[in-house]
Amino acid sequence: MNRTAPEQHRPGITATGLTVGYGATTVLDSLDLELPAGAFTAVVGPNGCGKSTLVRALARTLRPTAGRVALDGRPLDEWRPKHLARHLAFLPQDPVVPDGVTVHGLVARGRHPYHSPLRQWAPGDDEAVAAAMAATGVDARPDVPVDSLSGGQRQRAWIAMTLAQDTRYVLLDEPTSFLDLSHQIDVLHLCQEMRDRGRTVVAVLHDLNQAARYADHLVVMRDGAVHAQGAPEAVLGGEPGAALVRDVFDLPCEIAKDPQSGTPMVVPLARP
Amino acid sequence: MTTTARPAGSPARTPARRTGVRASRALTVLTASVVLLAVVAVVSLFAGSKDTGLGDVLPVLTGGGDEYVRAVVDSRVARTALGALVGAALAASGVVVQGITRNPLGEPGLLGVTVGASAAIVTATAFFGFTGGSATVWVALPGAVAAVVVVVALGRRSGSDSVVPLVLAGAVLSAVLYAYIQAMVLSRPDVFDSYRRWVVGSLAGADLATLQAVAPAAVVGALGALALSSSLDTLSLGDELATSLGVRVPLVRGLGIAAATLLAAAATAAAGPIAFVGLAVPHVVRALVGTAHRWQLPTALVLGAALLVVADVLARVVARPNELMVGVVTAFVGAPFLLLAVRRGKVTS
Repeated sequence: MNRTAPEQHRPGITATGLTVGYGATTVLDSLDLELPAGAFTAVVGPNGCGKSTLVRALARTLRPTAGRVALDGRPLDEWRPKHLARHLAFLPQDPVVPDGVTVHGLVARGRHPYHSPLRQWAPGDDEAVAAAMAATGVDARPDVPVDSLSGGQRQRAWIAMTLAQDTRYVLLDEPTSFLDLSHQIDVLHLCQEMRDRGRTVVAVLHDLNQAARYADHLVVMRDGAVHAQGAPEAVLGGEPGAALVRDVFDLPCEIAKDPQSGTPMVVPLARP
Repeated sequence: MTTTARPAGSPARTPARRTGVRASRALTVLTASVVLLAVVAVVSLFAGSKDTGLGDVLPVLTGGGDEYVRAVVDSRVARTALGALVGAALAASGVVVQGITRNPLGEPGLLGVTVGASAAIVTATAFFGFTGGSATVWVALPGAVAAVVVVVALGRRSGSDSVVPLVLAGAVLSAVLYAYIQAMVLSRPDVFDSYRRWVVGSLAGADLATLQAVAPAAVVGALGALALSSSLDTLSLGDELATSLGVRVPLVRGLGIAAATLLAAAATAAAGPIAFVGLAVPHVVRALVGTAHRWQLPTALVLGAALLVVADVLARVVARPNELMVGVVTAFVGAPFLLLAVRRGKVTS
């Protein structure tokens, strides 16, 4: 596991004065954030803190009311949508599987950014789809309907679709929710593999211990603002880490060391 | 930085080859459909309510033959061509509507095409002395398009999911216009007569002028739909994923509605409201070639054409020397195939 040292990170996705809301409700207010390129970043925080809103704004599926998001220093709305989709992929939380679509059919939809009105397929399609299915281990039965798969297999198929998009940036909104533990770890390993192949991965995660163990960079959110960020050890380690968790999650805890990886592990205090 | 950069030694070949098999299966279905269409089109030239044998028709096709038989065959050529166009347009329109609305019950009527054309016919008969005939196209076509424009205007709403308001607007307009049609038809015998002939759907009066009148709209609609294939695939994933795949969702949805409207309006203007083709053919096609629109649309065009030509042949021969209306026969011909697709558990949206 060759992690890139944080100081080597160059800015990939940056948010400046980002203000986003739904209707009259403002969720993110003037948020500034710089996500390191080439790293696996986990966005964590309590329910309703704006994690999903943040990644959706970064993925330009939510339009900011003020401020901007830039990729490689260029504001998102200056990119042609299809061109941007060749650089930035986004998997929403719990996406709807179209009825009757097969694994192959689903993964192939990730190739859309490479198509044009006069060419409804692209030369590299077959190879990219095959490679994405192989990388996620869903290539054994490409012709079964996705809705007949188990939750874990289905999530792999969705991730395969974002892989087929062949982008440098991959944003995932709660990719491990609704999965059992072994499939959660499975998806986190996939995230690390994507990073190892040079992609920048940003995932909203719920489990702090998993975030600390698998991600290179943590973004801790609270009430629509970035409360803390940095390497897992720096953010969650030791007594400051315990204070942060108390602060953000309102959870009294102590920080132990993960016996396997040595990363910070949040242990809630027993009820007095 | 590509997904094709994969660990050495892992077998990429098997899935890639399966992809080839998948495409060739769709191609086989499409080719078979073309052959089927060619066969039924030829049958359509020979069969009809007038009893014409092989020996009568063949000389006509080579430039000779009896004057009367020639006239009969000429009318059959126009009728076959128009039937194929109507069937193709309705089926493709159904594919697009089902794709855009993510609704397995979607069909062109959902957007108000049928009821708009019918209301225009009724209005023209009641207030402007319209008596049917070749002007029908120019009454029905604007009526159909106007209805869709109203539906889209009513159903427009900013928000992530603009499909439900659209479908509801279609239902509302259909209800209102249908009530208007009922009121006119029940109070005016002349309107009833004109409407009665129109509403069943028939190719009996088909001529080349009608074909020329509606073909441009149908062709533009079909090409537009084909150009949207890949975008329509992504719409089925929901607006959010479609956006992140680089699709301008409102634009694609608007263009899709425009294409579906041109197709369905052309078909309806030419032959009256023929139900079922737009609903059933897309389901049958998906069961055969899967969910990718770049295969669905061409296959639907060809199979839709074949279905309507077959239905029209049956309409001409089952009650000889009289004819049935093709709109009546279509459902009987198409229903078994839809049922088969349902039974195989492959009916999908």
